[in-house]
Amino acid sequence: MNTQSLLLILLVVTVVFGLGVVVLNRRSSGGAGVKPVISEPVVVETPVVKAEVVEAPEVETPVVEVPVVEAPVPPKSRWGKTALSLAGVFGGVRARGGITNETWDDLEEALLKADVGIGVTDELLNSLRGRVKAKEITTPDELLLALQREMTSRLEGADRELNFAQLDEGRINVWLFVGVNGVGKTTTIGKVSAQQAQLGRSLVLAAGDTFRAAAAEQLGTWAERSGAELVRGAEGGDPSSVIFDGIQRAAAKGFDLVLGDTAGRLQNKSNLMDELRKVRRIADREPGQVTEVLLVIDATTGQNGLSQAREFTDAAGVTGVVLTKLDGSAKGGIVFAIETEMGIPIKLVGLGETIGDLVAFDPDEYVSALFIG
Amino acid sequence: MFDNLSNRFDGIFKSIRGKGRLTEADVDEVLKEIRTALLEADVNVSVVRNVVARIREGAIGIESSKALDPSQQVIKLVNQELTNILGGETLKITYASRPPTVVLMAGLQGSGKTTNSAKLAKWFKSQGRHPLLVGADLQRPAAVEQLRTLGRQIDVPVFSDPSDPVTTAVRGLAEAHRLGKDVLIVDTAGRLSIDDEMMAQIRQISDQITPNYTFLVIDAMTGQDAVSVAEAFHSTLQIDGVILSKLDGDARGGAALSVKEVIGRPIAFASTGEKLDAFEQFHPDRMAGRILGMGDMLTLIEQAEQAFEKDAAEEAAAKLLDGDFTLDDFLEQMQSLKKMGPLGGLMGMMPGMPKELKNAKIGDDELKPVEAIIRSMTKEERRKPEIINGSRRQRIATGSGRSIAEVNRLVKQFGEMQKMMKRMGGMTTGKKGKRKMSSMAGLGGLGAAGLPGQGGGFGDGLGGGAPGGGFPGFPPSR
Repeated sequence: MNTQSLLLILLVVTVVFGLGVVVLNRRSSGGAGVKPVISEPVVVETPVVKAEVVEAPEVETPVVEVPVVEAPVPPKSRWGKTALSLAGVFGGVRARGGITNETWDDLEEALLKADVGIGVTDELLNSLRGRVKAKEITTPDELLLALQREMTSRLEGADRELNFAQLDEGRINVWLFVGVNGVGKTTTIGKVSAQQAQLGRSLVLAAGDTFRAAAAEQLGTWAERSGAELVRGAEGGDPSSVIFDGIQRAAAKGFDLVLGDTAGRLQNKSNLMDELRKVRRIADREPGQVTEVLLVIDATTGQNGLSQAREFTDAAGVTGVVLTKLDGSAKGGIVFAIETEMGIPIKLVGLGETIGDLVAFDPDEYVSALFIG
Repeated sequence: MFDNLSNRFDGIFKSIRGKGRLTEADVDEVLKEIRTALLEADVNVSVVRNVVARIREGAIGIESSKALDPSQQVIKLVNQELTNILGGETLKITYASRPPTVVLMAGLQGSGKTTNSAKLAKWFKSQGRHPLLVGADLQRPAAVEQLRTLGRQIDVPVFSDPSDPVTTAVRGLAEAHRLGKDVLIVDTAGRLSIDDEMMAQIRQISDQITPNYTFLVIDAMTGQDAVSVAEAFHSTLQIDGVILSKLDGDARGGAALSVKEVIGRPIAFASTGEKLDAFEQFHPDRMAGRILGMGDMLTLIEQAEQAFEKDAAEEAAAKLLDGDFTLDDFLEQMQSLKKMGPLGGLMGMMPGMPKELKNAKIGDDELKPVEAIIRSMTKEERRKPEIINGSRRQRIATGSGRSIAEVNRLVKQFGEMQKMMKRMGGMTTGKKGKRKMSSMAGLGGLGAAGLPGQGGGFGDGLGGGAPGGGFPGFPPSR
């Protein structure tokens, strides 16, 4: 008999049975009245993925006084340098006399190209379709403005301040930086460090990335530039202990803030995510107190960004996102899904190489930059 | 998010089953699902449009044949289309007649150039070559230091020079000549494709060292931007091939498809792990299934082959089909399974995995109670769980620290699984007494739900086997 086929059968049975039991147990302990869906370890009936029939709520046209079409606010200095503009596509929309099928195709394409994702794109456009149908929006310009408003409003109301808390005597603010490989965690820490130093805070940078070769050296360069103290451990050592050492050093010297670097890790590596859980746990130990866990995401990231936000939040309790490399040709549209689905605010964005190019995220300016031109 | 495409199709095809032929409206609906799947995998919008158009041509008029239902045929079509795009010409490395063969690495910041330079060097070494690495990334602090450390790990010398990137590269080439190295790999700084100055610089490096191969390193997680990046680098440097990094993540990697389609250069290598030997030549067929979210069967099987002991596994599988599979056997297989890495990862690779399980997010620790219960049983009980009565049940529960209800559930489920397997085994042996046929039919269902057309030189059963067998637990894709 074909060994590979046999292996596969075995594998599948083992997994399905083993996990089936777990799921069942979980469900029955999870709550009364929850009907076990898998009644057999091996499900014969296809679990049909039925598109959930969500009662589409009558598109309530909110009473929005459509104001006279105004030119989009020109983004300020730094944002102006970016290549965020989707003008190419939007130009085509404006050029058309009315709102046609092509208009919707163009808008969809523009949003998808910005990595907004098919889910959010559908939501945005469906709500606009309702308003066009209701004759509330009649011209392409109005439509674009409404879209811009809608997108901005999705990002409004979040608290984007970095949390430097007034803690009990003897406790120290610890900010952790987490994310997948190559997103710019170490560089971000360097820039945050320089900015915090400018605010008069004394810092320790803890080189918790003990995996990547020379990561500590890289952080050390930044520590020098910003006048912070560097605490490092042995390459390949335990990251939690490096960060704990950093906290103790800061406590001994009466410093204000510890910035903890961590090694980049892909969110599907459960052992590495467990390591991160431990880092977080240890960093919260006295005298440390984790007041900010920043997930660093590369603006070029596509739909996987959402998975990153989910898994890192699960492991380390992410409190904010830093979107790096927004000065490239990527538009970073995944932030919409991350903010709306995960409720995690985007706090900082990287718009360039210099220290001053790491700036507070401003939804207004970001969305305007997409629409300008 | 990771909805299996064939699962998505189930809903559509249910409604049109028995029609025999797909109407244009049916096809539209199917194409919409394909489009969504591709977009969720980060395939570029424009590329999606072209791909979907080509699939439409093939899909209209598909007739339901005896062997394959329309759903399977469409999946096969899509799979073929994607494999065609991804595959086509593969990159064969030919070495320069006058060594060294020069390789230039380019890409955005953080795409993984430095790590992949080292991985590539290791690969060349494994091909019997003698590479020299050049650290021309003088931008990022400690980048050269990183390369030196990696170089030490793989025992490949690293050259760098704190002058400027162009000079370093040129001197590196001279150094390769001096040392008699036959491959030169030049790592460069990450740069934005819209940074004219930096793009001019890498162009200058390229002009000076005239590389035989210029590789663009692209992160598998990249979204829509992959296309503009690839276009910009290609127009500046004439890319020869792409190295897809971080493919061991859970991104579906649609970027690979976009880049291949847009610049027409092959994906040469894929980086599949943190270790320096986790680097391999690219398999287009596997990538197609992954982009469609249909699991990665071949990788799964490879891993299984490494983890499971062949003889024991074969025996256990035979028992399984005969209905003689005991809880002891299960426990044993469970241990092998653990060697294959985190369960979550395995689940992702399994095609047609019931959604229930896929979404359950089961950590490796959660199987411990199951193990504990089985371990608290006597040998006999493990062999014949049906003898477990009230007092035995109580003992097992106490022994494992779990509740009686949990013990009950496990026993009941096991019984049902056994019945199912017996039925399947019997069904197949009944058919001309050939067990082989049967297991193949079973897997055929699985294969069809997963990756039809992938069979290739593989187990024939994995290809578009006869539908209808349907592996229990794996809904046949109809």
